Amino acid sequence: MRILFKTSYNDDIRLFPDRWTLAVYAALLALAVLLPMLLDEFYIGEVTNVLIWAVAGLGLMLLTGQTGQVSLGHAAFLAIGCYTNTILIEAGLPFIVAFPLAGVITGIVGGIIAIPALRLHGIYLAIATIALSILADDIIVLLDPWTGGVSGKFPAVITIFGLEIERWTMPVRFYYLVLVVTMICTLFYRNLLRAPLGRAFAAVRDSEVSATAMGVHIARTKVKAFGLSCMITGWAGTLMGYYAGAFNNETFSLVISITLLMMIVIGGLGSIHGAFFGAVVVAFLPQALSIAKGAMIGGSVAIPGLETGVFGLILILFILFEPMGLYGRWLKIRTWFELFPFARKDMFRRQKSYLKTERLR
Amino acid sequence: MEVLQLLVSGLANGCVYGLIALGFVLIYKATEAVNFAQGDFMMLGAFVTLGLTNAEHMNLPFWVAAPLAILVMAVLGYLLDFFVLRRLFGQSQTAVVILTIALGFVIRFVAGVIWGHEPQTLESPLSIGDINIGGVVLGMADVAVIVVTVLLTLFLYQFFQRTKLGLAMQAASQNQMAAYYMGIPVKRVQGLIWGLSGATAAIAGILFASKGAIDPNAGLLGIKAFAAAVIGGFGSLPGALVGGLIVGVIEPFASRYFAAGYSQIAPYVLLLLVLVFRPNGLFSQVRVKKV
Repeated sequence: MRILFKTSYNDDIRLFPDRWTLAVYAALLALAVLLPMLLDEFYIGEVTNVLIWAVAGLGLMLLTGQTGQVSLGHAAFLAIGCYTNTILIEAGLPFIVAFPLAGVITGIVGGIIAIPALRLHGIYLAIATIALSILADDIIVLLDPWTGGVSGKFPAVITIFGLEIERWTMPVRFYYLVLVVTMICTLFYRNLLRAPLGRAFAAVRDSEVSATAMGVHIARTKVKAFGLSCMITGWAGTLMGYYAGAFNNETFSLVISITLLMMIVIGGLGSIHGAFFGAVVVAFLPQALSIAKGAMIGGSVAIPGLETGVFGLILILFILFEPMGLYGRWLKIRTWFELFPFARKDMFRRQKSYLKTERLR
Repeated sequence: MEVLQLLVSGLANGCVYGLIALGFVLIYKATEAVNFAQGDFMMLGAFVTLGLTNAEHMNLPFWVAAPLAILVMAVLGYLLDFFVLRRLFGQSQTAVVILTIALGFVIRFVAGVIWGHEPQTLESPLSIGDINIGGVVLGMADVAVIVVTVLLTLFLYQFFQRTKLGLAMQAASQNQMAAYYMGIPVKRVQGLIWGLSGATAAIAGILFASKGAIDPNAGLLGIKAFAAAVIGGFGSLPGALVGGLIVGVIEPFASRYFAAGYSQIAPYVLLLLVLVFRPNGLFSQVRVKKV
């Protein structure tokens, strides 16, 4: 059992609490960098897919896991990021400028949309964001001159200082690009949690009343959370566009929004690890299912809705039996080993709360 | 005359939205949770009736099959609460939202496996014949939908206002702890409301199937019903019906008078406008407590 003895606030907010953790993450990074030498190009593509979903998950996690605002409309922001990047590059900007700008523009749009949405909370916010997700599809069609409408668009070729990157012909280069973006987003997220703003997010999530009492401006904090969340989501959307190779109004549908929300719940709400665990599940579930189906009833039989059905079932089981998701399960296992033989079952028990109506305030 | 025809067909459609919205509101009123799978409940109710009535399946007479289907769905709703939702008792609403979305996926999948993905029609005695009132053509099914919806809304409204059980349901949602102190079996009350909303969904499903073909994706209609419930103000039963009618009437008019791309977004734009300017709906139930 490791004991962390903290003598100052700086000890408490250190990026890596001890050398062991630092070593683990350094090893993980080294593995990620060396991966293209270990796997062939097909699997590199799959890992890239996982990383892109993880970035999108980080974006939603910041809003839902960290600030406690449920959004079922993040596919709309994926779309804004993707289209903005492509339009900017077509306008002549280099990728290295257009890509960050696409995220920032998405963030600003998200922040503006959040201002009226802030008067809503809980269920109503979820409903408003559903409407947003449905509207996005139709608005993309209406903005035909810029977005290409139903026929869609192809993402512009990436050129960074003369180095060309393309998803299908050079998957390894694309993998490294995605890896760098994932690293930046993760570090950004991690640092945000250590900063006052990140603490304010958590305060808003846990109790708006006590957050106000501590001097947190609720509305402003929520707008910032929305903006930052949409910024990361916009980047993920851009990468998703490149990964798909082509996109139109139906690429970023309500189903993507729902998948994204389910992903972070399965992974574990409120943790960075959760976004990555959830991304692994989302990216590999279709393959695992098709292998299982092939073994059981023969691969040629198509069962429509099988993926979403099984996904829904997994999610129901998670919410019922492991509401903290995969990361929560991992924490429990780790604690059990660390404290052996003193771990008790009740250590992770959540306090029950009794519901009161929102209609009488 | 054309306006009148659009209005009438819009009203009939709106009643179906209103019926599904009633299911949303019932559950919200009594448990403060939103059942995102309500549309899929409706679809399941329609398919259960279809399975009991149609010649290629059980071939029961419609007037036997319909009450049976309503009963089956009520029991299903109760069991769903008993085995699944009751475990979430005391957890956040977000968990319930995500759970019911997942439930919708599962129901859609199961219905697809059992009844297939081809659109099917219910052999319903309601779907025969039209009535012509002064040039406005109205299907029998449409008349049935309007009549049943109005009656059901009145019944449920009275149920919540007048009966002991209805009041207990309202109390259970307003403050669970206080309801317990008053001797209300909160968990059983929640089970009953899920049963009731299952029955409502079955009625909506039967009427919807009488108006046209159904397939497992018919549950996606729930999203429009959702808009209806919000426009009416979640938690108000007459509000759900009015919201449904508004959405139902807007649709045919928008598709008649607006350009193609703009017509389908009309209900959602209205939804967003209502949320921005009257966040608690047209029939708001929110009272600010005075200290």
